[in-house]
Amino acid sequence: MTPFSYARAADAAEAVRLGAAPQAKYLGGGTNLVDLWRESVEHPAALVDVTGLADTIEERPDGSLLIGAAVTNTALAEHRAVRTRYPLLTRAIVAGATAQIRNMATVGGNLLQRTRCLYFYDHDGARCNKRTPGQGCDALDGFNRNHAVLGASDACVATHPSDMGVALAALDAIVHLQDTHGVRSLPLTGLYRPPQDHPELETQLAPGELITAIELPALPFGAHSTYRKVRDRASYAFALVSVAAALEVQDGVVRDVRLALGGVAHQPWRAWKAEAALRGRAAGDDNFRAAAEAELADARPLRDNAFKIGLAKRTMAAVLGALAAAPQGARA
Amino acid sequence: MAMTITINGSEAPLPDDPRVSLLDLLREHLQLAGAKKGCNQGACGACTVLVDGKRRILSCLALAVQYQGRSITSIEGLAPDGALHPLQQAFIEHDGFQCGYCTPGQICSAIGMGEELRRGVPSHVTVDLAADAITLTHDELRERMSGNLCRCGAYNGIAAAIAGQHAGEAP
Repeated sequence: MTPFSYARAADAAEAVRLGAAPQAKYLGGGTNLVDLWRESVEHPAALVDVTGLADTIEERPDGSLLIGAAVTNTALAEHRAVRTRYPLLTRAIVAGATAQIRNMATVGGNLLQRTRCLYFYDHDGARCNKRTPGQGCDALDGFNRNHAVLGASDACVATHPSDMGVALAALDAIVHLQDTHGVRSLPLTGLYRPPQDHPELETQLAPGELITAIELPALPFGAHSTYRKVRDRASYAFALVSVAAALEVQDGVVRDVRLALGGVAHQPWRAWKAEAALRGRAAGDDNFRAAAEAELADARPLRDNAFKIGLAKRTMAAVLGALAAAPQGARA
Repeated sequence: MAMTITINGSEAPLPDDPRVSLLDLLREHLQLAGAKKGCNQGACGACTVLVDGKRRILSCLALAVQYQGRSITSIEGLAPDGALHPLQQAFIEHDGFQCGYCTPGQICSAIGMGEELRRGVPSHVTVDLAADAITLTHDELRERMSGNLCRCGAYNGIAAAIAGQHAGEAP
C-alpha cells in the first residue's frame, strides 16, 4: 500500500491548488477510493480531502437546486425538496449501498466512483484495460453476467455502479467543475467518455479538475417519478438493471418523459431514443414496450448477460406503466 | 498543535501516518477492540461506529485523519464501565447474538438507525417519501440494518432486540 500525503482543503480554491500536484486524488467519503487503494488499484501520492467544501443544498428562485459536491448521499436523499420534487432521486439513493456508506459517501464522489468489475479489482490475478491500459480484458471471455450491454467496446465492458447518477442523468443534472484555470459546467450525460480503445479515461475531467456542485434544473412533473432497481438480493447489491423515470401524461398522451437506465453501460444511460419514441404518443403498454425496444435495439450481449436486455425492456415498460396508472402527482 | 480526535469522550492523538484507518486507530493504537475488522472493505458492518454520537459510519473505510476534531463513539463508549446501554441489555434478553463478533457493529448501527428514524430519513422500503414520521415496521428495520451481517444468523433475535428497544420496552 503506497504512502500518500493528506491535506484537508478549506475551500475549492485551495482544493484545486493542492489537486494540481502529480498523482493527487480528491478524497470524499473514501468508501470507494480507500478500498481501491488497499487493493493496489489506485496509487494516490496525495489525498486532498474535499469533505470540508460546500455541503449545502440551495433552493434557487428558478426552482432549481444547487447541491454542493460534499453533500452526503443521506443528506441529499432526506432533503425535503428532493423527496417531494424529485422522488426518483431519493429512491435511487436509498436503493444504493447501506446506511453507513450513504452517511459517508459524497455526491461528487458517487459520480466518480469506479466500476465494481471484479477483474478491475483483481490487480494480481486478472488483465484489465481500465486498470492497466493495453493489458487486455479478462471480462470479455470471463464471468460477465454483471457487465454492459450498451455502449461497451472490445477493450472494456464494465458498468458504472451508481444508482444516484441514474436519477441525475434522467433529471438533466449539470455538473459544476473547477480547476486552477477557472470554472465550467457539463451536463451529467456528457461527463463520461465511452470506453472505446481507452477505458482508463472515464470522464471529460482534466487532471486536477474538481466537481464542486451538481445543479438540478426545475422539472415541473418531477414529482411524478420513481426509481426501480432489479438486483440479486433485496438490499445491498448493485443493480442488474435499474430504471429512473419521470412521466407527464395529459389526456392519455405522453406530454413529456425522462428516462435513464443503470447497470447496463459504462455510464448512467440516458434513454434518449425511448423518450423520443414516447413524446406525443398514447400512454399505453404497447407504446411503452415499443419505446423500450427502441432503446435496446443496439444492445450487444456477452456470454452471460443477454438476460439484461430483456430485463431492461420489461423493467422500463413496467415502470412507465406504473407511473401512467398512478394519478399525476401521486406515488407510483 | 497536535492533531487530536475524541474517542469515547477522551482526546487521543491522531496517527502521523494518514494511511491508518479509524478502525486501526481504535483497535491497534488505542486497544479498543470492540469494533471488529470483519471484511475491511465495507461489506460486513462489524466496524460500525458513531460520529458525534449519532451518525453511523464504517470505521474500516474511514481514514482516521479525516475525523480530526470529531467525536467518535465505539461500543466501549455507550455506557459507563460496568453498566450496559439499554440496547446491549436488549440484545442479551432477546438472544441477539451467538458468537458475538458482529454485535458491537450491530448495536452502534442500530443506535445510528434510531437517530435517522427520528429525523425521518427515508429508506428503500419507505412507502410515502413525503411523510414526516417513519414507522419502524419489520421491513423497515430489516432494510435499515442490511449493512450489518451476522454469519451466525441471529437475525431474529437482533431484530427483536432493536424493535423492542425502539418501542420503549423496559430493559
